[in-house]
Amino acid sequence: MKRFWAWGALIVGLLYFILPLIGMTNFSLKMRRGVYSFDAYAVVLGDPRFQQTFTYSVTLALLTIIVGVVLVVPTAYWVRLKLPWLRPYIEFITLLPLVIPAIVIVFGYIRLYNTSSWLPLTATSLGTDALLVFGYTTLALPYMYRAVDTGLRTIDVTTLTEAAQSMGAGWFTIIGKVILPNVLLAVLSGAFLTFAIVIGEFTMAALLNRPAFGPYMQLLGANRAYEPAALAVIAFVITWGCLGLIQLVSRFQKSAQRPV
Amino acid sequence: MSFLTLTHLQKSFGPTKVVHDFNMAIEKGEFISFLGPSGCGKTTVLRMIAGFETPTGGSIVINGRDQTELKPNQRNIGMVFQAYALFPNMNVFDNVAFGLKIAGKPKAEIAARVQEMLKLIHLEHLADRYPYQMSGGQQQRVALARALAPKPQVLLLDEPLSALDAKIRVSLREEIRQIQQQLGITTVFVTHDQEEALSISDRIVVMNAGRADQIGTPFEIYNRPATRFVASFVGTLSLIDATVVNASESTVKLGEQVVSLKKPLPKGEGEKITVAMRPECGSLAEGARGDIAINGKVASSHFLGSVIRTKLDVGGPVLSFDMFNDPGRAPPAVGETVTLKVAADDLMVLAD
Ligand SMILES: Nc1ncnc2c1ncn2[C@@H]1O[C@H](COP(=O)(O)OP(=O)(O)OP(=O)(O)O)[C@@H](O)[C@H]1O
Ligand SMILES: [Mg+2]
Repeated sequence: MKRFWAWGALIVGLLYFILPLIGMTNFSLKMRRGVYSFDAYAVVLGDPRFQQTFTYSVTLALLTIIVGVVLVVPTAYWVRLKLPWLRPYIEFITLLPLVIPAIVIVFGYIRLYNTSSWLPLTATSLGTDALLVFGYTTLALPYMYRAVDTGLRTIDVTTLTEAAQSMGAGWFTIIGKVILPNVLLAVLSGAFLTFAIVIGEFTMAALLNRPAFGPYMQLLGANRAYEPAALAVIAFVITWGCLGLIQLVSRFQKSAQRPV
Repeated sequence: MSFLTLTHLQKSFGPTKVVHDFNMAIEKGEFISFLGPSGCGKTTVLRMIAGFETPTGGSIVINGRDQTELKPNQRNIGMVFQAYALFPNMNVFDNVAFGLKIAGKPKAEIAARVQEMLKLIHLEHLADRYPYQMSGGQQQRVALARALAPKPQVLLLDEPLSALDAKIRVSLREEIRQIQQQLGITTVFVTHDQEEALSISDRIVVMNAGRADQIGTPFEIYNRPATRFVASFVGTLSLIDATVVNASESTVKLGEQVVSLKKPLPKGEGEKITVAMRPECGSLAEGARGDIAINGKVASSHFLGSVIRTKLDVGGPVLSFDMFNDPGRAPPAVGETVTLKVAADDLMVLAD
């Protein structure tokens, strides 16, 4: 009996997630009357604005990943090495972006960095892009920090650091040659999550008025019938691809783990 | 002029003083062991030499140069850790080459030096292996090669053998000693295993609660312990309480019998002293060497093959001693009354 309910719950859950997906995919294939076709996909992929916004968002995602890694890896490392008592506080801070809505963050940015402020980042598009990257970094912080910190837990940070120091290594070498390579897989899984977040992000890009993929999806959704469905399916595939890569990476990490 | 000098070294963690006034002069090429119970500060002293801890007071001088203010990566000191600490992302070759690369040595020189080091530890054939593909003993040998490759001034080892099983522990410690002598490198080796310290050191520092109780050769430490702590920590000892009967005649009361110890006593009549004896120093054989005779009843007798371990009740206190098996003589029987002969020089009188 218990089993029946378990299976029942699972099936209801699956239907809840899968039915809309099937419906949407089905709809996206119906642009040509009466037959299934990839017309909607062809239109979307052929749209120069799709290509521009997608390229823009991918670029920003990569920059966000770089900024995130440069910010998080040394921080998490230093906290583990020298300031372990600070860890709960840092963890709390990295969780804040989950609690504070993106719209609050972006309004804060606009207030702080507007054209009449002491650092008018929004005055140029390059400055706004930088602001957007920092905003994305903040949004991805909870995931990036957790991934890196978990990766650091699998190595003996203190002793490896001391071993490297005794052989003459400075901080830069230690982080670059010893710490980063050993948490690379954790960093990668954080990076894929960051990528998925940035590609789908709408609020920040829209309010900062940058040509990102999120606002383009919204624009298309408001004006067309079949294309938005195709676009949603594409976005889903990208996100799920990222999640699949995380799975792959973490499995690889497990098998590469040394038997202690 | 000694090579490595520690002068009035002190260390406190907050209010707790962990190392008190530690002084030591180590000669070039010497193999020194720090021996002591857990928590006595061995690691702390070693880490101060390496620069990982800042002394609260005192100085560290290596080869005439004060190191106290130098950072760990400026000291050129090789370090081997209990947990191996090989870099998991690098193979054996790259691990050993690490220090040389940081020193900016040319590629060819690095390759040659790494080969030389791998040959020294007999692992030339494993250069491509990663740490997780090797046994603990192999990893620790690589760690040793890695520490030695940049030609450090001093080699420090913190209980490098503790994580290994007994058999490898013995063979690897001999290998470490042999490599150390071959390279003539000044070495400090931390251990809480007395056999390890006795067997491979030039000199041993016995540490107790943050102090160096005694510094001496293994022979001195074992045979002439300076304090009761050293005597009881190194080797096994029978400790017997005795009362001085007559200081000028060196007679003491051991249980019920009066025995002359034939050496000056540190205390006067009626006062308590402790008499200590190593298990290998007594003999029951007829005409055995030994000018002190102690009568007693055999309390237990264990035949261990080459050795017979006997406990002798001397009227209250119990003496434990070992003697070699003699095919022509049966081991003493429990309850038998015997006379134990001991040389006066072999009995230690501890005043504490
Ligand atoms: N970072 C630290 N903070 C506070 N106390 C410390 C610290 N490191 C060591 N101690 C204390 O200093 C004392 C000596 O420690 P140390 O590690 O030097 O002992 P040890 O002789 O190496 O012992 P073991 O044989 O167990 O390794 C211990 O009481 C320990 O608790
Ligand atoms: Mg220790």
